[in-house]
Parts: sequence; structure tokens; C-alpha cells
Amino acid sequence: MAPPPLLAALLARAGALRKQNGAAEEDAPAFRSPLVPTDSVAGRSLVIVIAIMTFLAALAAGAALLVSQASVEWRAEASSEASLQLRPTPGRDMEADLKKAAEILRNTPGVRDAQIYTKAESEALLSPWLGEGLDLSELPTPRIIVVKLDPKQRPDLLILRADLAEAVPSAVLDDHHLFLERLGDMARAAVAVSALIFILIVGAMGIAVASATRAAVATNREIVEVLHIVGAADTFIAREFQRRFLALGLRGAAIGGGAAIAFLLLARILTRSWRATAGAEQLEAMFGDFSIGPEGFVIILMLAGGIALVTGYLSQAIVLRHLRRLG
Amino acid sequence: MLSFENVGLRYGVGPETLRDITFNIAPRSFQFLTGPSGAGKTTLMRLIIMALKPTRGLINIFGRDSATLEKDEITETRRQIGVVFQDFRLLDHLTVYENVALPLRVLGREEAGYRSEVIELLKWVGLGERKHSLPTVLSGGEKQRASIARALISQPKLLLADEPTGNVDPTLARRILRLFVELHKSGTAVVIATHDLSLMDQYEAARRLVLADGRLHIFE
Repeated sequence: MAPPPLLAALLARAGALRKQNGAAEEDAPAFRSPLVPTDSVAGRSLVIVIAIMTFLAALAAGAALLVSQASVEWRAEASSEASLQLRPTPGRDMEADLKKAAEILRNTPGVRDAQIYTKAESEALLSPWLGEGLDLSELPTPRIIVVKLDPKQRPDLLILRADLAEAVPSAVLDDHHLFLERLGDMARAAVAVSALIFILIVGAMGIAVASATRAAVATNREIVEVLHIVGAADTFIAREFQRRFLALGLRGAAIGGGAAIAFLLLARILTRSWRATAGAEQLEAMFGDFSIGPEGFVIILMLAGGIALVTGYLSQAIVLRHLRRLG
Repeated sequence: MLSFENVGLRYGVGPETLRDITFNIAPRSFQFLTGPSGAGKTTLMRLIIMALKPTRGLINIFGRDSATLEKDEITETRRQIGVVFQDFRLLDHLTVYENVALPLRVLGREEAGYRSEVIELLKWVGLGERKHSLPTVLSGGEKQRASIARALISQPKLLLADEPTGNVDPTLARRILRLFVELHKSGTAVVIATHDLSLMDQYEAARRLVLADGRLHIFE
């Protein structure tokens, strides 16, 4: 070690050297390590936890989206239809009543079509309950008229019911509102359950991040102490932890979000390839083609980004609180 | 610059580790803090850097009563003190360069702005070729010099060194002492905690603060 010049003169010389030729920069370090080490067993475990939680949260959000989209479709479909039921009444000609009712319906503004189900078709509707091959001709089976409504300009059903009651007293017009209400309730309940699951998952993840942060502060206690002694402010140290946890959060959220997107794409491909089977038809009737659409994928990406950000900010807040408590 | 008045420190309900400590450190002064092992040299150092709070007495640092300093003022004060720890306290996951640059990095300064200063200082302490090395592969003497460079990089007004020659051979110990004397001449107040009498004999102009039985005795 050569006898040193004055420190200030030395540093001034370093500054002059830099200005002159920038030679000192040439052999400068190529990277800047994070002050809080990121690659630890606890860090990797947290990435896995965040990945799993993001995957589940994305699926819960996807399920809520799927059910709510499907319920909108079901309701749109069901609200554009109504049915008129005619019960057999002694002394009245069923066929004449049917024609009369169909005519009233067709002449009502807002009704697109009224199609009379034949006796055979009406009996076919009962076969799932009564079995095939029965002779129902002796039974007083009701008859149906399927009414297609204009969803944009629905007829006034009160007036229509009054008109029908006057002409055909045994006619009962059902606009499926009870069914629609139940459908709506069911969809809302499914969305609420999904939202609750989502909140629980995010809450559990928050707890996991909080305890991982506390563990990281405890593990890196010596680093924190050295940083304090070399003059680091609490906010600086908290930001370093935030950077570390944001990196872990981004890694976990990318893995979990990516897996959720892959899962939903696979589910879509599989339901399409199984479309011919009876089970797939039922599934498709319930959930459409398992497609959450581009906005669904955008939501999952935003969710993953949000999880990473929350991870970073939560850890920063916890570290800051911990450091302030140290006094 | 720094004064202690009747400072006492006890841990919990035990006896006082330090009793009635009264002294002051003038700007541009040089002093050895000595005493047998366990006398409380490191504890006194920790009181100076405000890592510990005294149980009684007054510590005045850079014109402020340390008991009244807010957290950010403590941080600001620590930036004017360079500390060389007995056990170096280098961060093992950072290179020698990054360790030495740490006090400037925590100030939020851009790396390009201090790069040449750090490299120049590393050359000065003889670690120019070791800047990319991690502390785990350094010898005791190299770690000591890296620790000294880290304490000096921000040009502190007060330098505290706790047993800075405890891990090095006598030749290197002399060189390190020479380095501190040069620093002192350049205007930095220096406090070296040591129980190495031969080291103190090499610089007799220095004041000696002797800790024994929890009390401080000053030999001008």
C-alpha cells in the first residue's frame, strides 16, 4: 500500500481522471447486485406460493367471468321466448282455441312468431317423464304454443293476457320470468362464491407475503444493520426489500397467470374437440364454449400484474413498519 | 464535534457496563480508545454511532443532543461517521467494489458518478485487482482494507475503527495505522479502538482514552 495522498485530493484526482479520459469506467463492474439477496430457498418457496395462488385466483376470476357471461346469454335467450299453454276444457274445441290464440299472438306488436306444437310434439315433450311408446290420446294433455318475442320491443304482457283470457279462457301465458329470476339468482350466487374464493386466495397470499417479508428481514438482519450504519434511510431499505419482493412477485405471478391462461386455452380446445359428445353439449349449454374471450385474458394478465405489485408494496409497508418500530 | 457527559449504560436490570463517561472528540484529532477485552470499547463505539441509547447522561454529536434526534436526523448524522468494524461487516453477496460503494449508493447517487472514486480508493488501499471478488474469497487483511475503504469513501468527518489491526500481521498493521494518520492529517477526526499496545506506541502523539472497570481515563 503506497503512502496515501490526502483523501480529498485523491477523490478529486479520481474526478479529474474521469473527466479526462474515462479510463476508470472501462474496468468498472458490469452489474449492480441487489442489496437484499433474492435467490434464496425462502424466495423460491414464495415464488411457488405466489404462482399457485395466482393460478387459483385467475381460475376463480375466470369462473366468475364464465358464469356471468353464460348467464347473460341464457337470460337473453330465455327472455326472447314465452310459451302459451292451453289446458283441455270440456266443451271447447282445442284446435280452434289454438288457432285463435295463435292469431291473437301473431297480431300483437312485439311478437315475432307463434308456433303451435302439434299433438305429437306436445306428447314428445312428456316422454322423458312418462316413457316412450305410451298412447296418450285418451289423456287430457295440454298443448303448447311457442312464442318468439322481440327482445327490443317486448309486448305488453298484461294487455296480451287480457286479450287471450277473453278469447281463450284456458290459455296460460308464461314469459319464463320465474325461471329467469332463478337463473339470475344462481348466476349471481356463483359469481359471489367465485369472488369470495378470490378474496380468500388473495388474503391468504397477503399473509404468506407478510410472513415471508418478516422472515426475510430477520434473515437479513445483519444487512439491515450495516445499511443503517452506512447511512441508509428506512425508506431506502424498505425500497430494497420492495424491489426484491416485486421481482419474486413478478416471477410467481407470471408463472401462475401463464398457467391459468394455458389451462383455459386447453379447456377451450378440449371442449371443442369433445363437442360431438352428449356431456360436452350439456357443458356447452351451461358455460358456452369455455371461452372467456380476449377481455378475460386481459383481466388475468392485469390480475397477475396486480398481484406482483401488491406483493412489492405490501413487503415495503411491512419492512417500513418493522424498521420504525426498531426506533 | 462529539462530547459525552456523565454517560452511563446498563443492559436490563444488570450493573452499569459504562459509568460516568465524560470526554470529547475535537475535529481533526486522533485518539486511541483502549482497555482490556470486554472493557466496553465496542459498546462505547455503538453509543457514538447511536446503535445504542445511553441509560443516563448526555451525548452531543455535531452540535446536537443525540436523545432529541429524529430517525432521519440520526441517518443524516451517521453519514458523517465512517465505521470500521472489528468483524468487517462486509456484505458477502456484494463484490468488493459494491461493498466499498455502499455508503454512496444508499445516498441514491448514480453509479456512473462515483465509479472512478471507488476504483481509485480501491487502488489506494491495494485492492484494485480484487474489485470483482466477493468478500468470502478475501484474506483477513484484504477484508480489513475493504472495510476501511468503505468507511472512507464518503469522506466522513469522524472515523471510528474497532480493532482495525486485530486480524492482520504487524507489517500490515503498521501500514493501516499510517493510512489512518494520513487521514487524520487530511482533516478527519480518528478514534481507533485497540488493545494492541505496540500499535499505540507507533503514534505517540495520539491521545489515549483508557476504559477500565466501566470508567474512562484520559491521557493527553
